[in-house]
Amino acid sequence: MSIPTPFSHAAHARRLRLRGLMIKEFLQILRDPSALGIAFALPVILLILFGYGVSLNAEGVRIAIVADQPSHESTSLAGSFGRSRYFNPIILPDFKAAQSELANRRIDAIIHLQSDFTSKVHDPLTPAPIQLIVNGVDANTARQIQGYVSGVWNKWLIQQSRTAGQAPAQTIVPETRIWFNEEIRSRNFLVPGLIAVIMTLIGALLTSMVIAREWERGTMESLLTTPVRMDEFLLSKLVPYFILGMGGMAISLATAVWLFGVPLRGSVVILTVASSIFMLAAVGMGLLISTVAKSQFLAGHIAIVTTFLPAFILSGFIFDIRSMPMPIQMLTHIVPARYFVAILQSSFLAGDIAAIVLPNAGALLLMAIIFLVLVRRRSSRLIG
Amino acid sequence: MGMQLLSLIVKEFIAILGDPRSRMVVLVPPILQVLVFGYAATYDLNHIPYAVLNEDGGHASRSLVARFDGSPNFERVATLQSVEEIDELVDTRQTLLVLHIDQEFSTDLSAGRSPVVQFIVDGRNSNTALIAANDAQSIVSDYAYELLGSVGRQGPDAVLVDRVWYNPNLLSRWFIVPGIVGLLTMVVTTMVTSLSIARERELGTLDQLLVTPMRSWEIVLGKAIPPFIIGVVEAGFIVWVAVYWFHVPFRGNLGTLLIGIACFLLSAIGVGLAISSLARTMQQGLLGAFMFLVPAVILSGFATPIANMPHLVQQLTLLNPLRYYMVVLRGVFLEGATLSSLSSQLWPMLAIGVFNLAVAQWLFRHRSS
Repeated sequence: MSIPTPFSHAAHARRLRLRGLMIKEFLQILRDPSALGIAFALPVILLILFGYGVSLNAEGVRIAIVADQPSHESTSLAGSFGRSRYFNPIILPDFKAAQSELANRRIDAIIHLQSDFTSKVHDPLTPAPIQLIVNGVDANTARQIQGYVSGVWNKWLIQQSRTAGQAPAQTIVPETRIWFNEEIRSRNFLVPGLIAVIMTLIGALLTSMVIAREWERGTMESLLTTPVRMDEFLLSKLVPYFILGMGGMAISLATAVWLFGVPLRGSVVILTVASSIFMLAAVGMGLLISTVAKSQFLAGHIAIVTTFLPAFILSGFIFDIRSMPMPIQMLTHIVPARYFVAILQSSFLAGDIAAIVLPNAGALLLMAIIFLVLVRRRSSRLIG
Repeated sequence: MGMQLLSLIVKEFIAILGDPRSRMVVLVPPILQVLVFGYAATYDLNHIPYAVLNEDGGHASRSLVARFDGSPNFERVATLQSVEEIDELVDTRQTLLVLHIDQEFSTDLSAGRSPVVQFIVDGRNSNTALIAANDAQSIVSDYAYELLGSVGRQGPDAVLVDRVWYNPNLLSRWFIVPGIVGLLTMVVTTMVTSLSIARERELGTLDQLLVTPMRSWEIVLGKAIPPFIIGVVEAGFIVWVAVYWFHVPFRGNLGTLLIGIACFLLSAIGVGLAISSLARTMQQGLLGAFMFLVPAVILSGFATPIANMPHLVQQLTLLNPLRYYMVVLRGVFLEGATLSSLSSQLWPMLAIGVFNLAVAQWLFRHRSS
């Protein structure tokens, strides 16, 4: 440090080497269009496909209405189902036929009004039973159907008493306000989560085979004979793929806002910073995989196994982490996508909440550092 | 001829399972994943963290709050004094739901009016929010029915009587765990097959195979049988875990399930080999496997129902073998479905399998440069 000239000379040489390496890496990316395709085209294609395809809102549920003895009341109830956007009702003449439709998965539920329905509606002492039978295989959808049916039922009761000229019976009115997502659109929380899942895959896929490829093709040995230092080599791998990944990220975020109309309530700056930290972790993970694996076959395998399904199932993107048993909740902490999903869901729907952004971004930064330190360690051991 | 095929099969087994590291990658993840994902993937909400803001303080409101405290699904995390505290608590995800009873509650109730109870729900996960809101509403309506019924007032004209087929307690685990069988068999077989021809092509051993007296369909068969056996064994193991570890009811016939597994494996292996014979390098093979796997898994009906998708995407899923396999698995496990009621799911898988194997065989001949 005390002698300035040689130092700056060395620094200059280092800069030149680094620039040369990065140019080489960029040229390699440009020559092989598959990397560009993975970085820019793939995330958008997947996001559009999944953004439209993945929804937890059951609408137009196929339901059969069976009235053993059709009457004015049963028709008016059937009409209420017909007017609801949640249902796509068909009228069936008998219960047996409806049961066989349900067993063959052609309908999801049956509303059955037995022959004494009308007489019981008019009898003030006995309430008339509306029998609802739901196919419970998909428990989550079945629960939604129960909720929708009970909504239609409530509306119908109010309408009935209004036409009869009575005041509605006294009750306690639950008034539910869903914050951040008033219309309960599942897309609003799934699309930000999908970005985390897709970018985990892209980051790992882009980089996991990079170093493994150098080993397999023997170019690693020739690089090692040059004065290139390990840090410079790793940096030249990291920077180009990081930039590529961030490009894909920007396109994905834009797609979420412009195409899917997900509200972005947080600040773009904070989102960009958080995304960069996440991308650093994702690229670092990919580099680690390729350093450990040393063959493209193994690197690709490990990348798919450790990124896709964990990011899909353990990130909180669709399955709420709070619903998982404690040991599994702990396990989700080693999945980088988990932290990014939390940031994205809050930044998009709720806004900048320091108590959510800071710890999650901190965890991502820590993971990025750990990955990169491990890559550095393993690589120098390989040379040593 | 038979001997040649047999030795090709043995060679394939060695290629997949010979190297300890690749053996690890093929065999270990499914075993760990079925256990982890079986617990992790659930829509059931058993502990809803909630906060109470009771501005009323009357007897009726206190016993309503007691209903929530007594419910096994709700867990009180905070008791609030003012409306201003709600924001912070919900924003930071400390609570999922806030039960807000205002000052008018008791007055309204005794005056014969219908009082309002307000729920504020964190909607960042809309599905969780919906479940929590529904649970909370049903506690309130049960309470209202008992409270107002007990003073001799007239109940509603009609009541809803729920019955649920196949899954009376609506456990989402019963839905998800059979799906995991499909997920993991799919991932393993696709990854193994998508590289098998591409590797020979990259290493140059494909030409050696082609100059043997074996016909191309025999080679394809030799490539298909080992992953088929691996797939059957892994699927069998995961089914075993589903039944004996997760206690998912198995109401159908094991034979029916095996036929379903065989049809699915045929289709997945067909797709994998077609990708592999199309790829020039292993990297392309892996990329192809990825491009097929990810959409096939996400648009299979595993986590989100196909019925919720827009029409166009629904049509697209008809090409996805996993979609049919999901119905077969859940049908045999939960519904006790018979072979004939599942035939509409089986033949598309067979068709996908046969078509892709034919493509693989054709490409195999015509793309060997």
